[in-house]
Amino acid sequence: MKILMKGNEAIGEGAIRAGCRYFFGYPITPQSELPAYLAEKFPSIGGVFLQAESEISAINMVYGASCAGVRVMTSSSSPGISLKQEGISYLAAAELPCLIVNVMRGGPGLGTIQPSQSDYFQATKGGGHGDYHLIVLAPHSVQEMVDLTYLAFDLADQYRNPAMILADGILGQMMEAVELKEYASEIPHKNWAVGKSQGRKRNIITSIYIDPKVLEQHNLRLQAKYKIIKAHEERAEEWMKEDAEIIIAAYGTVARIAKSVIKKAREKGIKAGLIRPITLWPFPDKYFQDLGKIKRILTVELSSGQMVEDVRLAVNGRIPVEFYGRMGGMVPSIEEILEQIEKINSQIERVKL
Amino acid sequence: MKKVFERPKSLTDVHFTYCAGCTHGMIHRMVAETIDELKIQDRTIGVSPVGCSVFAYEFFNFDMVAASHGRAPAVATGLKRSLPECIIFTYQGDGDLAAIGTAEIVHAATRGENITVIFVNNAIYGMTGGQMAPTTLIGQKTETTPFGRDARAHGYPIRIAEMLATLEGSSYIVRTSTHNPQNVRKTKLAVKKAFENQLNNKNFNLVEILSTCPSNWGLDSIQSLKWLEENMIPYFPLGEFKNI
Ligand SMILES: Cc1ncc(C[n+]2csc(CCOP(=O)(O)OP(=O)(O)O)c2C)c(N)n1
Repeated sequence: MKILMKGNEAIGEGAIRAGCRYFFGYPITPQSELPAYLAEKFPSIGGVFLQAESEISAINMVYGASCAGVRVMTSSSSPGISLKQEGISYLAAAELPCLIVNVMRGGPGLGTIQPSQSDYFQATKGGGHGDYHLIVLAPHSVQEMVDLTYLAFDLADQYRNPAMILADGILGQMMEAVELKEYASEIPHKNWAVGKSQGRKRNIITSIYIDPKVLEQHNLRLQAKYKIIKAHEERAEEWMKEDAEIIIAAYGTVARIAKSVIKKAREKGIKAGLIRPITLWPFPDKYFQDLGKIKRILTVELSSGQMVEDVRLAVNGRIPVEFYGRMGGMVPSIEEILEQIEKINSQIERVKL
Repeated sequence: MKKVFERPKSLTDVHFTYCAGCTHGMIHRMVAETIDELKIQDRTIGVSPVGCSVFAYEFFNFDMVAASHGRAPAVATGLKRSLPECIIFTYQGDGDLAAIGTAEIVHAATRGENITVIFVNNAIYGMTGGQMAPTTLIGQKTETTPFGRDARAHGYPIRIAEMLATLEGSSYIVRTSTHNPQNVRKTKLAVKKAFENQLNNKNFNLVEILSTCPSNWGLDSIQSLKWLEENMIPYFPLGEFKNI
């Protein structure tokens, strides 16, 4: 059975179904429906909802709860996510699982509450200090707000790594029919967590390794883990890619618009298709390996061009990768992107028979 | 032969790495003795700060979590909310608690978070080599106040215990000192009460302990104790500011 839900609330419902009972956050638009949903639902199911004094404090409460071995999350939007970065670096360093939701808005600075994808670099390339990665998932529908919330908690626990849902204001606010699938995974036992010791050896959770030789070993271990994540968890959707000559690479909200663009382009005889990264880290390189008939890629983002760098790395110069983007909370129209596709189509040299 | 004195079970066998004359080690011992006496070693979790006591997890013999600079009260909040049956304490210096972590300590206190805070006030940043702390006294010379702390330029030293005692959420707020055996004994009693209160679910408990930093004060151990008594106590009066 499908029910109608707002994107932000769908994440909340997904989290509850995935067994999360701890939320620490600080208010910010456009993610407010998510904490509001949990504030209402948690008391009757024994959950802890705490509005912290800042995002800094909230992420450190998440750190504490994650040390205790429970499923825990926080949620914010761009400026608040910036404040959380020190804590995120510590979570990654101490290998603590948790879910961090970023419902992105336009920046830099206070910017605007309108949707944006300009935190891609921050989410996928570090954000905080040190060599680390988050597992970053990008939903493009309210359905995926639920499904990827399940997945984010599972991957976070499996790899002992913080995971992030990178959405935007449109996905957060939008209402769509969703099917609340049964959450089937089992939450793993965490023998590294702190708590009642009951005779076991004491557990210490820290990220300080003052001896550089030891710290390098710790880093090598983290890098080996990231390699395993990269090898196993790349995810993307391919849509009308089979015979495509032009591919739009887009994630989240933009991928939805891209699908409409592709339909229109095909009506005009242009063979367009879509690669939609679902994992932004690890970036789904393998979906860009078999280029088939593809002659050009157009990356479209609500940014000045951030994911396009990863697309270019994946394609590695084999075909041209173009970029089109809007910034500051502006969203491109179908016509606007279609125009770009037509321009690119006219530049492709074809053998005339 | 009857053993009359031994290492608390809640301390590991590791030697303290603190400077000679520093009172961190003595304060660790008082916390460990308290945990032994209350028989809570198997369910106590300590949160270590960033500062000279960053390695506290090496010395305390129970589960430990290392927090980022100033955020120990937030980490302790996350721990206590998910492990209400455990005893959670933070151990923090004055830079950690009263400068970078002021928001976290004030709000943990005002929420009445059921934790214990051991606040070591040595009027200086020890670990980073002796810079001005929020509790550095007027006229006190530090690396970043080489001509002495000047209220006009650097503001006034902050009295944390007095401030937190004004908050509804705090239960037990006390300031003690380590400059002589009599005051060490009083400190021990205060530490014990701050833990007992948590066992009795009595909101937020903090012991501010006046402490020495011979290395960065440029004094020897004995001079440091005297300096503490003569300079710190007049500005940071000892006593209970709240006990409900
Ligand atoms: C975010 C951040 N800023 C600065 C530092 C550097 N730092 C380490 S310890 C410290 C001061 C510690 O002083 P205090 O809390 O008084 O403890 P003490 O060393 O005197 O025991 C500072 C500034 C850091 N580690 N992290």
